[in-house]
Amino acid sequence: MAEVRAIDYTGSERLTMNMGPQHPSAHGVFRAILTLEGEKIVGVDAVIGYLHRCHEKLAENLAYVQYPSIASKTDYVAAMASELAYVMAAEKIAQFEVPKRAQYLRVIVNELQRIASHCLWLGTWCLDMGGALGGGTSIFLYCIRERELVLDLFESLVGARLLYGFHQVGGVRYDIPAGWADQCRTTLNTIEQRLHEYEAMLHDNAFFEARTRGVGVISSALAQDVGVCGPLLRASGVNFDLRKNVPYSSYEDFQFKVPVEQEGDCHARYRVRMVEFRESIKIVRQALDSLPEGPISSRPGVKSLGQVRVPKGEAYARVEGPRGEVGCYLVADGSQKPYRMKWRGASFSNLAVLPYILPGVTVADVVAIMGSVDPVFGEVDR
Amino acid sequence: MTSEVNHAEMNRSRAVMLLADIPGVVVGEGGPVLNVEAPLEQFASVAAILKEKLGCFFFAFLTAIDHKEAGLEVVARLDNLDSQVSVMLRAKLGAGNTHCPSLYHVYRGANWMERECFDMFGIVFDGHPDLRRMLLPEDWKGHPLLKSYAIDTPYPPYR
Repeated sequence: MAEVRAIDYTGSERLTMNMGPQHPSAHGVFRAILTLEGEKIVGVDAVIGYLHRCHEKLAENLAYVQYPSIASKTDYVAAMASELAYVMAAEKIAQFEVPKRAQYLRVIVNELQRIASHCLWLGTWCLDMGGALGGGTSIFLYCIRERELVLDLFESLVGARLLYGFHQVGGVRYDIPAGWADQCRTTLNTIEQRLHEYEAMLHDNAFFEARTRGVGVISSALAQDVGVCGPLLRASGVNFDLRKNVPYSSYEDFQFKVPVEQEGDCHARYRVRMVEFRESIKIVRQALDSLPEGPISSRPGVKSLGQVRVPKGEAYARVEGPRGEVGCYLVADGSQKPYRMKWRGASFSNLAVLPYILPGVTVADVVAIMGSVDPVFGEVDR
Repeated sequence: MTSEVNHAEMNRSRAVMLLADIPGVVVGEGGPVLNVEAPLEQFASVAAILKEKLGCFFFAFLTAIDHKEAGLEVVARLDNLDSQVSVMLRAKLGAGNTHCPSLYHVYRGANWMERECFDMFGIVFDGHPDLRRMLLPEDWKGHPLLKSYAIDTPYPPYR
């Protein structure tokens, strides 16, 4: 005789649900153990680490000339930013000069990277919210089409499409080939024009508005307390952009706006990133127009492991990546390898805000919020 | 350049003034980043003063450095985003000690950062509400970022 269990239909029973590790909206491997009351979330336990490779231990065992190409594997969607953070930290301790041309080339590739990364973000985010946007795949395919154009530029510059090894301590490894600047300008014109098409698809779309307005609000106090950075921080009303406030690599030479929104919801984050698209295009154009002549590195090409030695000291270099502050804290002991290296992954801190904003929203909103945070798990787990 | 130097000097003297009541705090010499070395017991209260009085609301990261025989050192980076004050808050744990006060009640961002630090260095953050491993599986043995942990340490049944 089976025991007849009284079922409570009022929704006061709690259900524990596993979201992930292989959930499409996570864009990687992320597991959220959600405690639900009906459709509403009351508790979150986030489990990360599935992609952990202990980059920090690796960096302690690899020479300064070896690690930059590995650094690109932390945030593989924006490899240029993490490479730059690492070489900047080493340059800061050793006080290596970086030629003006190399600084401009760094700016160009980093802004192109931001465009490529935001393309992927917009496409996958709309894909996640799929049903509401007429399937969502159309905007995803359009965004990937434009991202490919930027990756083509990287391919002709470096030879690789995803993980570059473009930066080296003291400068960059490759100069732009003949005709690259023109190809770049054409690509920028195409993308600028197509941004209007994306916005036409999303602007005034009732489903898009309903899924994003007022959803996943992060207050400016919470954002700073947790260390949320980049577009998320600016969407929460904090006017802070490392490129503007703490300029590095000659960013002070360029004219651009820093978008700030007050609402702190998914739609505010969308608006901030759409403006950043256009500002990045502006910066690349300015850098191409005023690209100085001269050497691209203050150091000779790499021939041996011990070629770069960094004196005893420590430095923290930070770069405004597409997802926010990518930081590299380096402690050097005078040998050819760092003594200690710490990655401050932008996505790690951005994701750490989830347990504070998810309680109270519905399961469907988790997907929209995750997409608007734009985490890359290579960088979260490092 | 001189305005930058003045700015840094001004921040330093403000920090020295604010932290004067706490014995044992050492504020490092100038430079764009303030090095504040706190005695271990005062780690959290110094952080609270830096947050409330110096306006360092932004919690960038927390990590540790293994100085081998000299023991572990915990480092936290705090920023004031409005007036560009950056602080490296440090505390030496001393040889053999693995306990450190938690910053969780000052900065919520310390939650995951301290869990990662516990995972990698085995530092126990006293007062942390939920100190579990962050990145490695629960059954992992050892703390990989310690200098005593060899990079090729086997992990059966895997290598």
